[in-house]
Amino acid sequence: MIHVAYVMFLLPLAGFAVLALFGRRLGDPWAGWVATATITGSFVLACITMAGLLGRPAAGRSFTQVLFTWLPVGGLHVNVALLVDPLSMTMALFVTGVSALIHLYSIGYMKGDEDYPKFFLYLNLFVASMLILVLGDNLLFTFVGWEGVGVCSYWLVAFWFGRDTAASAGKKAFLYNRLADVGFLIAMFLVFDKTGTLDYSGIFAHVSAIDPAARTAICLLLFAAAAGKSAQIPLFPWLADAMEGPTPVSALIHAATMVTAGVYLMCRMNPLLATSHPAQWVVAGVGAATAFVAATIGCAQQDIKKVLAYSTVSQLGYMFLAVGTGAYEAAIFLMVAHAFFKAELFLGAGSVIHGLDDEQDLKRMGNLRKWMPLTFATFIFGWLAIAGIPPLAGFWAKGDILDNAWARFPVLWGLGLLTAALTAYYMTRLSALAFWGDDRWRAVLAKHGHGQGDTGRPHEAPWVMAVPLVVLAVLAFFGGALLLPWHPSWTPLGWLAPVFGARLYDAHLSGATEWVLGVVDAVVALTGVGVAFPLWRSRPDRPALEPRVLQRSYFLDDLYDAVVGRPGQALADFSATVVDNRIIDGAVNGVGRLARQVGSGVRKVQTGFVRQYALGIVLGAVVLLVFMATRAWA
Amino acid sequence: MTALSALAAMLATTSHLALPRIAYLSILPVLILLGGAAAMLGASALSPRRLPTSASTTMAVLTALAALGASLAQWVDVRDHGPHVAVAGAVVQDGFSALVAVLVSAAMALSALVSDSWLRREEVGGPELQVLMLVSSAGAVVMAEANDLIVVFLGLEILSIALYVLAAFNAKREQSGEAGLKYFVLGAFSSAIFVYGIALVYGATGTTNLAQITDYLSRNVLLHEGVLLAGVALLLVGFAFKIAAVPFHLWTPDVYQGAPTPVTGFMAAVAKVGGFAALLRVFISSFGLLRTDWQPAVWVMAAVTLLLGALVALVQRDIKRMLAYSSINHAGFVLLGVQAATSRGVEAALYYLFTYSFMVIGAFAVISVVGGPDDAGHDLERYRGLARRAPWLALTLAVLLLAQAGIPFTTGFLAKLEVISAAVGAGSTALAVIAMVSAAVAAFFYLRVVLLMYSAGPGEQAMDGAVAHEENVAVGAGSGGVATAVTLAVPATSAVAISLCVGVTVLFGLWPAPLTGFAQLAHLLIP
Repeated sequence: MIHVAYVMFLLPLAGFAVLALFGRRLGDPWAGWVATATITGSFVLACITMAGLLGRPAAGRSFTQVLFTWLPVGGLHVNVALLVDPLSMTMALFVTGVSALIHLYSIGYMKGDEDYPKFFLYLNLFVASMLILVLGDNLLFTFVGWEGVGVCSYWLVAFWFGRDTAASAGKKAFLYNRLADVGFLIAMFLVFDKTGTLDYSGIFAHVSAIDPAARTAICLLLFAAAAGKSAQIPLFPWLADAMEGPTPVSALIHAATMVTAGVYLMCRMNPLLATSHPAQWVVAGVGAATAFVAATIGCAQQDIKKVLAYSTVSQLGYMFLAVGTGAYEAAIFLMVAHAFFKAELFLGAGSVIHGLDDEQDLKRMGNLRKWMPLTFATFIFGWLAIAGIPPLAGFWAKGDILDNAWARFPVLWGLGLLTAALTAYYMTRLSALAFWGDDRWRAVLAKHGHGQGDTGRPHEAPWVMAVPLVVLAVLAFFGGALLLPWHPSWTPLGWLAPVFGARLYDAHLSGATEWVLGVVDAVVALTGVGVAFPLWRSRPDRPALEPRVLQRSYFLDDLYDAVVGRPGQALADFSATVVDNRIIDGAVNGVGRLARQVGSGVRKVQTGFVRQYALGIVLGAVVLLVFMATRAWA
Repeated sequence: MTALSALAAMLATTSHLALPRIAYLSILPVLILLGGAAAMLGASALSPRRLPTSASTTMAVLTALAALGASLAQWVDVRDHGPHVAVAGAVVQDGFSALVAVLVSAAMALSALVSDSWLRREEVGGPELQVLMLVSSAGAVVMAEANDLIVVFLGLEILSIALYVLAAFNAKREQSGEAGLKYFVLGAFSSAIFVYGIALVYGATGTTNLAQITDYLSRNVLLHEGVLLAGVALLLVGFAFKIAAVPFHLWTPDVYQGAPTPVTGFMAAVAKVGGFAALLRVFISSFGLLRTDWQPAVWVMAAVTLLLGALVALVQRDIKRMLAYSSINHAGFVLLGVQAATSRGVEAALYYLFTYSFMVIGAFAVISVVGGPDDAGHDLERYRGLARRAPWLALTLAVLLLAQAGIPFTTGFLAKLEVISAAVGAGSTALAVIAMVSAAVAAFFYLRVVLLMYSAGPGEQAMDGAVAHEENVAVGAGSGGVATAVTLAVPATSAVAISLCVGVTVLFGLWPAPLTGFAQLAHLLIP
C-alpha cells in the first residue's frame, strides 16, 4: 500500500482541477466539501502509508518512488520521485490532518464570500504543493513545491485584493519569499556543481566530496531561503502583514504548515548541516534571537492576529534553535505540537473575529467567555499549551528544545528561557483581553447596526467550525505524548531517529538535571501567566507596557523602506524611464522595425503568379546545381 | 482462336512470372488505408442515397485507427525481431517507418474528425474528401517505408495527386480552385525535377534501390561524381518543394490560404511528414557518405527557411497565411535535424514532426471553426476578443500557438530543444543560433494572436464612444461583417480533435519520457 504515496498529492491536485473547471457551478458550500473530501482522502492515505512504513523493520523505512524522469538534460538527471521516510511522512501526516480540519472550518468561515470556490481552489493547490515539498526526493522537486506554496500564499494573503492593505501584504509576502528563494537557487547550483546530482541520497553520499567552505555556504544559503519562508531575522516582517488573508489561511499556511517548510528543509539537509559548525551556530543563534525579538513585539500588539503572527515567528525561532543544536527530533516535535495549538489559537481567534463581525482589535473585545463558551473553552487549551504549562503539548516540546540548548549553547538557553516567560506573558495578555474584563465589544456591534435584539450579541460558530476547534484542543492537550522524555518505551517520534542517525545531538543529561530544568520551565511559564493575567484582566489600557518601538516592531519596516525600498524605487524609476524606454525599447523597436521591413520587402516576391513561383523553383535548382558542380570539380 | 491462343500464351508467361514474397505486415498500414478508401467509395456508390457524413467520418476514423493499430503492430515486430527489408527490397520496415506510420495514421484520424464538421457546415456531403485524405496518407506511409527511389516517387505522387484535388475541394470558393491549380502545376513541375534526379542517380550508380546505392557508394570511389551530385541536388529540390523549404516554398501561402481549412491542417502535418521521412531516409541512409557535399546546401536552406518563414509571418494579416509562413519556419527547424545527419538528428527531426503535427492540426481545427461558413473569416481582426465569445476555443488556440512558439511545458519546447541540441552536437552551432533567433522572432506573431484573443473585443469597444464605434463599423465592413454578437458553437467532432491535440501537446510536454523514448527507438535501417 505504501506505493500509492504519490496519490497523496494527486488528490488535492485533482480537487484543484475539478474546482478550476466546475468550481463556479458547485458553488457554496459544495466546492468546500469537494476540497475537504480530497484532503481527507490524502490524510487517510498518509495514515495508510504511515502504517505500512511502521510495519517494516526500522532500517527499511526509507524508500524512493520514481514516477518518471523529468529532466534528462546532459549531466543533470532529475526524476519526479518521492522520498517516503519517517521524516517526510511525519510532515505529510500532520500537514494533511491539520489541512483537513482547516478545510472543514473554512466551509463555515468563508460562507457567503463571493469568491468561495476560488478560495478552496487555492487551498487545494496549496496542500498539493506542500505535499510535493515534503515528499520530493530531490532539491529541484522540493523547490517546485516550495515555489508552489509561495505563490498560493501570495494569492491567499491577497485574497481580498479589493482592500489595498491585503493587496500590498500579498506583494510583500511574495517579495520577501522571492528574495530568500535566490538562496535556494544558488544553493542548488552549488550542490550540483560539487556533487553532480540533486537527489538527497546522492548529495548525502557525496558530502565528503564537498569542501568545508562550500558546505557552510550551501547550508547558509539554504538557511537564507528557510529564513524567508519561515520568517526569521531579518526576513520576518512579511508574516505579520500576511494576517490580511482570511483567518483559515493564517492558521493553515502562516502558522501550521508552510512556514515550517524552512525547518523541514534544514532537517532534511541534516547530513550536510551536521558537518558545518559555523552554519549550526548561525542557525541556532538566529533562531534564538528571532524567538526573543518576536516575543517582545508580540507583547505590544493590539490586533489579535498580529499577536499570534509574532508568536508564530517566535515559535519558529525555537525550532531553528533546535535545528542548530542538532536536536532535530525536538524541532519536529515542536513543529507538530505547534501546528496543533497554533492552528487551534488561530481558529479560535477566527471564531471570535467571525462572532464580532470582523473585529480584530483586542481592545474592543473583552468578556467573551460569557458569550462564546465553546470558543473560550477550546482556546484555553491552545493558550496554556503555547504558554508552556504542564502537562500540555507546548511544555514538553519547548522543554525538549531548551534541555538540548542548555547542554550545547547555554547562552542561547538563557535567551530561550526568557522568551518562554515572554510567551506565557503575551498569550495570557491576549486571552485576558479577549475573554475577560468588560464587554468592550458592544460599541463595535452597535456600530455595525446590530444594536438591538438577539443579533446584538457575539454569536458562536456553526458546527463545521466547532468540530476542528474541539479536535485541535484535544490534540493540543495530548500532543505532548508524542515524545515524553521519561518514557523511552513510549516515543512515537522516536521513529524519526534513523533519519538523523548519529547526527542527532545527545544532551546526556542526568535525570535530576532534566527534572530541574523541567521545573524551571514550568515556574517560568507560570510566572509569565501570573504576571500578565491580573494586569490585563483589570485594565486594557497600559501604554507603559506597550512602547511604540515594540508596536512598530522595532521600526524594521521603516528601516527597510529607507534602505531598500526607496533606493529600489529610484532605481526602478530610472530603469523604466531611461534604460527601458530609451535604450532597450529603442534597440528592440529598431530590430522589430527592421524585421518588419525585411518581411514586407520579401513579401513582394509573393505575387500570386504561378510562373514566378516556378521561376523561383528553377532559380533554386540552378543555385543548388552550381553548388554541387563546384563540389564535384573542386 | 487467335484471341484464345494469345490468352493461353499470356497465362503461360504469367505462370513463369516470379512474384516476390510479400510480407503483408510490412505494407499493412498502406493496405488498410487504401482498402478503407476503396470501401468508402464502394459504399457510397452502392448506397441509394448520398452517404451521410456521419457514416463516411466513422469509416474514415475507423480505417485510420485500424492503420494505427497495424503501425503499432509493426513497431512491436521491429522491436522484437529487428528491422528488415521486405517485398523484394522495395520497402523497409524499421523503427523509423513504423513511427511515421503511427504519426500519419493518428494525423489522419484527427483530420477526419476535423473535416467532418467542415463537411456538415459547407453542406458538401459525400465521402470524397476523406477518401482522398486516406489515399494521401497511404502515400505518406509509402514514402516513409520506401527503400527504392522509384517507390519514393510512387509514394510522393500518391500523396500529392490526392492533395491537389483536396486543395481545390471547395468548388464554391474561387480561391480554393486557384490553390489546387497552382499546387498542381508547381507540384508536377517539381515532380519532374525529382524524377530527373532519380535518373541521374541511376546513371551514376546503376541502381535506384537505396540499400544498393549505399552499398555501391561505400565500395566505389567515383572519379567524376558530377552526375551523382547533380542527381542529389535535383532530388533535394523535389523534397524541398514538398516540405516547403525556401526558395521552393512560394506555393505554400497561397495554397494554405486557399485550401479548405481542415485540408490545410492535414497538408501541414501529413505532407510535411511524408516529405521529411523520405528526405531523411534517402539523404542519411543512401547519401550519408556524401554528407560533406549536401550538408552545406541544407545548412543554407535551413537558415534561409528559418529566417524568411519567421520574418514574413510578421506582416501577415490573414491567420492562415501567417500559419503557412510559420509552417515554413517549422520546416527550417526540422531541417536542423536533417543537416545534423546523425542518428540524434533523425530522432530530433521525427520528434519535432510528431509534436508539430498535433499542434498544427489542432490549430487549423480551431481556425476552421472560427473562420465560419465558406472559410470567410480568417482575418486576424476576427480574433480580437475571441476569449469573450468562445473562451474554450481561445484557450486551446492559445495553448497550441504557444506550443508552436516553443514555450516550456509543451511538447513544442522539447522539440525545439532536441533539434537545436542535435545541431549543436553535430557542430552546426551557428545554425542553432539562427534557429533560436528565428524562434524569438516567431514568438512575436504567435503572441500577437494570443494577445488579440484576450484583448477587448469589437463589441466592447463600441460601447466606449462614437469614434470607436465608427472604427468598429469600418472593420466590420472591411472583413465582410465581423460577427460580434454571434457566440461560436463548437461541433462535437472538432471539439474531440482539438481536445486530443491539446492533450497530447500538454501531457507530453509535462511528461516527455514516453514520446521521447518512442522517438529515440526510431532508427533507420541503415544509419
